Amino acid sequence: MIEVSKKCIGCGKCVPVCPFAAINMIDKKAVMNEACTLCGVCVQICPVQAIAITREEASRRDHSGFKGVWVYVELTETGDKTHPKKIKPVTFELLGAGRKLADELKEDLCAVLLTDKDHGYEKELGSYGADKVYMVEHDELFEYNTDIFSTVVVSLVNRHKPSVMLYGATIQGRDLAPRVASALYVGLTADCTALAIKDGLLLQSRPAFGGNIMADILSPNSRPQMATVRPNVMKMNEPVHGRTAMTVRESAKLDKSLRRVKVLERKLSHDGGGVRIENAKIIVSGGRGMKTKDKFKLLDELSKLLGGVVGASRAAVDLGFKEKTHQVGQSGTTVSPKLYLSFGISGAVQHIVGMKSSDVIVAVNKDPNAPIFNVAKYGIVGDAHEIAPKLIEALKKK
Amino acid sequence: MNIVVCVKQVPDTTEVKINPETGTLIRNGVPSIINPYDHFALQTALELKKKHGFRVTVVSMGPPQAKSVVQMGLALGADEGVLLSDMAFAGSDTWATSYALAKAVKKIGKTDMIFCGMQAIDGDTAQTGPAIAQHLGMAQVTFCEHVEVDGRRIIARKQIDGGYETVECRPPALFTMIMHKDYVPKYPSFLAVHASLAKPYHVWSAEDIGAEAQYLGLKGSPTQVSKIYPPPQKEKAEMFAGSGQAAAERILEIMRKEHFTQ
Repeated sequence: MIEVSKKCIGCGKCVPVCPFAAINMIDKKAVMNEACTLCGVCVQICPVQAIAITREEASRRDHSGFKGVWVYVELTETGDKTHPKKIKPVTFELLGAGRKLADELKEDLCAVLLTDKDHGYEKELGSYGADKVYMVEHDELFEYNTDIFSTVVVSLVNRHKPSVMLYGATIQGRDLAPRVASALYVGLTADCTALAIKDGLLLQSRPAFGGNIMADILSPNSRPQMATVRPNVMKMNEPVHGRTAMTVRESAKLDKSLRRVKVLERKLSHDGGGVRIENAKIIVSGGRGMKTKDKFKLLDELSKLLGGVVGASRAAVDLGFKEKTHQVGQSGTTVSPKLYLSFGISGAVQHIVGMKSSDVIVAVNKDPNAPIFNVAKYGIVGDAHEIAPKLIEALKKK
Repeated sequence: MNIVVCVKQVPDTTEVKINPETGTLIRNGVPSIINPYDHFALQTALELKKKHGFRVTVVSMGPPQAKSVVQMGLALGADEGVLLSDMAFAGSDTWATSYALAKAVKKIGKTDMIFCGMQAIDGDTAQTGPAIAQHLGMAQVTFCEHVEVDGRRIIARKQIDGGYETVECRPPALFTMIMHKDYVPKYPSFLAVHASLAKPYHVWSAEDIGAEAQYLGLKGSPTQVSKIYPPPQKEKAEMFAGSGQAAAERILEIMRKEHFTQ
């Protein structure tokens, strides 16, 4: 619990820094309200050390029976009849991150694979670092379904008791993981961007408040410690061919009646061709500074020359320069390409949070004080709509 | 059918600034708003009410001032409002929050559909909705853009990784909503707000909803915040100013340097 001692001088310094607006000054004393998350920012800022958080001692529950770092394997449809599904890249990223955790804990790295048909996935999982693959093969696992997949994962966890379990922070991972965590009454940290082991616990770092602050989260009293991990953040290891994982086949009792939500139709964007913005390695993005819809079209040409995908700011979408499916930002898509080349985007916070984890950001904007330059590696001060056609010319000349 | 909509009051994170010296948030002047995803969830529920005559209850958990988001729901057309407010909830993570909200739904009574925003813009976890569904043993459909009801059939269009699905389920079920592209948020008029003051509104404590103290607040939360700190600062950008031609040359040079072109 959090307590304010008599030492409080009523200076009010803690009130504005509280991320959750949880402090009110009542009778010249800080009083916490229900919004308090015990994050400790006020404890750090208090000039007279009047605020203290006391945590109840960790339960004496024995966690020594929980061993193994688990990675949930996500499959994705390819649209190809002979190989209808493949392992998503985020799974390999999780294996890369999980390998380090498992080595530190001196535990096995295990992949958890739910599929209707074994297509030799375990070889690939082994080459990316898995020691063991728990494989459940069942006809009812032909497509992702919340009820069916969570039932299987919960029973596997109960049977084998891992210490850590990681999921991709994808739509599927974010649908499945909270369901599993809720059923098991274990901690789950969303959308982590860094993981480490600290005193034997999984230290989970994640951005909050639209990326304005970072938080480190621990789940000390429950196992497994679960996290979803943002795609495109962790580095995957180079696959080692010939490195194999031990396959452990698991059974599951499943039938149709478990499936409460039925898919009537599925539309994947690769049906219509083109690379999806969330997976693009290069994004050429435009904003209001491109001036007109016609000039914005230059970015289509430019991105084609660079082998990238076009992105847009909310302003550009609102002005009708580009479809909403291309919008980058809080109300659009979060991206983290290798190269983010922006033209005429000033960089409102809601845009920045959606692209700032890109590897290299090159920003073109005529205002030298535009906030986009705060996250860019390279800034070009100039008129975006004039520079874009010159760049196209230069690229064509090569 | 009876619908419950879960809403959260959040600071407008697009307005939040950081004090560069202390690395703490500057909240002064940052407005508290209804979480935008919850706003869309609320509007979706109210459209269903309009079309089918369903009953809509708005629930929030938070400090007393969070009343305003429940009131907004009432002013936009909801029938009843509930605020869960109790110091026992302080420090609740998504597990403990979803436990309390699930308890509240049980107290509200027979519920056919629950609507939540996909995530809140302050926490960005997207976990509370699915966790409520699990606590209540309900089906869930997450990342929905559109939900319609045809008799006992519920049809939802939802985002999946790399595309969309149209799915079908039966009540009871929980839906988490993302915004679709044509969505325009509605705000109540002053008169509507005034009129909504007459609608049933309750403030419930942990005891009122029959929540066990051991599952609430910090004690009931499996996750704990160990530290909050400013995100690492990026190094200052290498700046260049120049006309079209020179700027284009500079971009090419950068791309060569960063190995994007030969």
